[in-house]
Amino acid sequence: MPADSLTVADGSPDAHLQAVRHLIARHKTLDWLFGLLGVAALMFAMLVFAMLFGQMLVNGFPHLSWDFFTSFPSRRAASAGILSAWVGTILVMLVTAVVAVPLGVGAGIYLEEYAPKNLLTDIIEINVTNLAGVPSIIYGLLALALFVYQFGLGQSIAAAGLTLALLILPVVIVATREAIRTIPQQIREGAYACGATKWQVVAHHIVPYSLPGIMTGVIIGLARAIGETAPIITIGALTFIAFLPPSPFGNPGHLISFDWLTAPFTVMPIQMFNWISRPEAAFQANAAAAGLVLVVMTLSMNAIAIWIRYHFRKRIKW
Amino acid sequence: MSTVTTLTPKPQAELKAQVNALNFYYGDFQALKNIDFPVERNQVTALIGPSGCGKSTFLRCFNRMHDLYPNMRYEGEILLYPDAVNIVSPQVDPIEVRMRIAMVFQKPNPFPKSIYENVAYGLRVRGERKKDVIDEKVEEALRDAALWDEAKDRLNDLAFNLSGGQQQRLCIARALATDPEILLFDEPTSALDPIATARIEELVSELKERVTILIVTHNMQQAARVSAYTAFMYIGQLIEFDDTKKIFTNPSSKLTEEYITGRFG
Amino acid sequence: MSSIPLKPLSPPLLEAGAGQPPAAASMRRSMNLRRRLTERGIEGLLLLAALVSVFTTLAIVAILVWESILFFRTVPLIDFLTDTQWTPLFDDAHFGIIALLSGTLTTTVVALLVAIPLGTILAIYLSEFAPFRVREVAKPFLEMLGGVPTIVYGYFALLFVTPLLQRFYPDLPGFNMLSAGLVMGIMIVPYVSSLSEDAMRAVPMNMREASYAMGATRLQTALFVVTPAALSGLASSYILGISRAVGETMVVAIAAGMQPSFTFNPTEPAATITAYIVQVALGDLPHGSIGYQTIFAAGLTLLLITLLFNIIGHILRKRFREAY
Repeated sequence: MPADSLTVADGSPDAHLQAVRHLIARHKTLDWLFGLLGVAALMFAMLVFAMLFGQMLVNGFPHLSWDFFTSFPSRRAASAGILSAWVGTILVMLVTAVVAVPLGVGAGIYLEEYAPKNLLTDIIEINVTNLAGVPSIIYGLLALALFVYQFGLGQSIAAAGLTLALLILPVVIVATREAIRTIPQQIREGAYACGATKWQVVAHHIVPYSLPGIMTGVIIGLARAIGETAPIITIGALTFIAFLPPSPFGNPGHLISFDWLTAPFTVMPIQMFNWISRPEAAFQANAAAAGLVLVVMTLSMNAIAIWIRYHFRKRIKW
Repeated sequence: MSTVTTLTPKPQAELKAQVNALNFYYGDFQALKNIDFPVERNQVTALIGPSGCGKSTFLRCFNRMHDLYPNMRYEGEILLYPDAVNIVSPQVDPIEVRMRIAMVFQKPNPFPKSIYENVAYGLRVRGERKKDVIDEKVEEALRDAALWDEAKDRLNDLAFNLSGGQQQRLCIARALATDPEILLFDEPTSALDPIATARIEELVSELKERVTILIVTHNMQQAARVSAYTAFMYIGQLIEFDDTKKIFTNPSSKLTEEYITGRFG
Repeated sequence: MSSIPLKPLSPPLLEAGAGQPPAAASMRRSMNLRRRLTERGIEGLLLLAALVSVFTTLAIVAILVWESILFFRTVPLIDFLTDTQWTPLFDDAHFGIIALLSGTLTTTVVALLVAIPLGTILAIYLSEFAPFRVREVAKPFLEMLGGVPTIVYGYFALLFVTPLLQRFYPDLPGFNMLSAGLVMGIMIVPYVSSLSEDAMRAVPMNMREASYAMGATRLQTALFVVTPAALSGLASSYILGISRAVGETMVVAIAAGMQPSFTFNPTEPAATITAYIVQVALGDLPHGSIGYQTIFAAGLTLLLITLLFNIIGHILRKRFREAY
């Protein structure tokens, strides 16, 4: 009788039971081995992350000084810093957020609350799904032809911000829709029963209640945009910028000036890419330091997003 | 409330299982309270009672389905004969129990596989690889489940393509293929139409020749039609256990009578 | 018999705005109108926001196709598809996209060899095996791993993984597709594992109960019941992994080099489609030159490949549509 088969057990119930126990023991060993494999896979992923972070920490941490944040890039690695890069990143993100949030949230609200069941709605929905799968460098090509040349924005903060806004639009739309979808129908009915118009229902109820979910989506989208390199390179961003864009404040005659929108710029990942491309070890250490700052920026944004989601999921129970 | 058990064991009756002082807890909540109860071999025993009375919880103790979820505890014993092993003891492997005691669920739950593979699943789990053995067992199980004639020409069809009643008979065949000692039915017809229900009931009556059967039902006519013994449960307690005929014609407990006559539940 | 004569109902009282002076009724009508107009206006604005994504797609397609048409006026399509060299900026210009496709294909295959097994094992483990506590830690961790910028992975591939591999294989060049592919694979693991796990968790519990009730172990239930039931979800997570690998730019541009070469040997340097676009963009090509047009032709090729995988994903999902 084969050790792993029960169907040809001899007559005695005891022998049969023995065979069953033997078989279960074998199967449980396999179970245990797979559990081990799973833990090993998880450990491996953690190890890779530890090495990635550790490598940057070892090489980059010694360079992280106050000067590193307040200096412009330089031909001498030791005195080079990321001032123009982090200022550029913040300004580009500002444009991205200002464009992507209203468009993405508006589109999400339209699709969930307004859209009739028709061909146009289907097209929009399929389109959003497909856009999420388009490689980021393609957005760079779009921006190069459209924003840089067609609209004449050049290699400016505005062009980069718009590009990244289009890139994260699907993320914001999907997050908005998912957040809205968790709101039960009774809430809408309750509001309509009080005589509210559709827009009032949306503005007083739908948006406030789905805000945590929307915020999570927006932050995750922006965290992704901060790290995006390919589309910014594609629009031809300069890598060596040793000046800051014009300040929006303190100009004579204007309260706020928008000249910075059309200024040339660099951002964190571009600066890092530039340093990685240099053969000298000293520049690569700068790259590690810039990478460290970048990773801390994106990971803390992701952590905030995860926290918001976790925190509010616990608080609101429909 | 104390259990009324007026059953006098028949002389030749043979026990398949004996429940002794069984308690079951979900966290702090005690779902089953001190249940004592015999299961006679090759007979159908029905468990009835209002919803939430614990009859399904009780049934699921028999093949340790509760072990899949955290924070639960058994106390007492369910002895499975002939070897008198206590199947709810933590020392006993739930998998071993499930290999001996099979279950048919409330809603038909075939796997998203072919009809053939659904029935063969238990054999595969037990490591059987020989195709002729599996073929033979699958045919036998489908015949026993009265599904062979309808299914023999479409064994490779997806099980989801069967009707609800056919799916439930497929689940019965799946359970029979591994020659279980006890077959548990958890309201097997609650999702089926009357014609499909009648076929399942017929099947249950036939199957008792082969296997000991425990069936949970909310349908009292069903209990009366298929079972030899009936247990009436109420809020986690066994109120009365007796010959089915006795329970339905002359129950000893007032509560049983009220339930049977439809005054509550 | 006397009766109190009933006052005849005056016609205006039967209309809306009963009991109000005519001025108030008309004011209310005008308010209603204004409210309706506001509502319509808002709906229009929201629709416009939703349409931005459609315009984006249209613009992407229009631009890529238009610039590619200009490109194919100079370069015959047959050369584009059959030539095995890609040297558009040389005097002896060749435009064989195969030289770039080979790089894309090789790095993608290497990445998938890492991402699919690792992602699937993690998904099965997290969905069917892991204790609650482990999952609570592992899921945000994997999410975090997916949030690390790709440029950082590129840095890691070039300055950590390649030197590491060179210890075991000293002839490995500084730029090579192997380390780019390996790191890209690690990068994709969180996408594959999280989508696969979602698919497995969507398998209803009664399916698992049926399997456990037969005496199956966790592994048997996972492999014979849950995985087959979640097959469409697994397949689409793999497809997503493929399309991410194909479109990934920075890791390959940094670690695999930017030199186009027709090779499938992962230990050699080679440019992918995306790396080529980066290389051109880093230079200063005049708008409208043939060099400028090449990146759009390359981009169109890339878009078509990812589109192909998206369509395969849709078909797979339809074919394995679960019935539960």
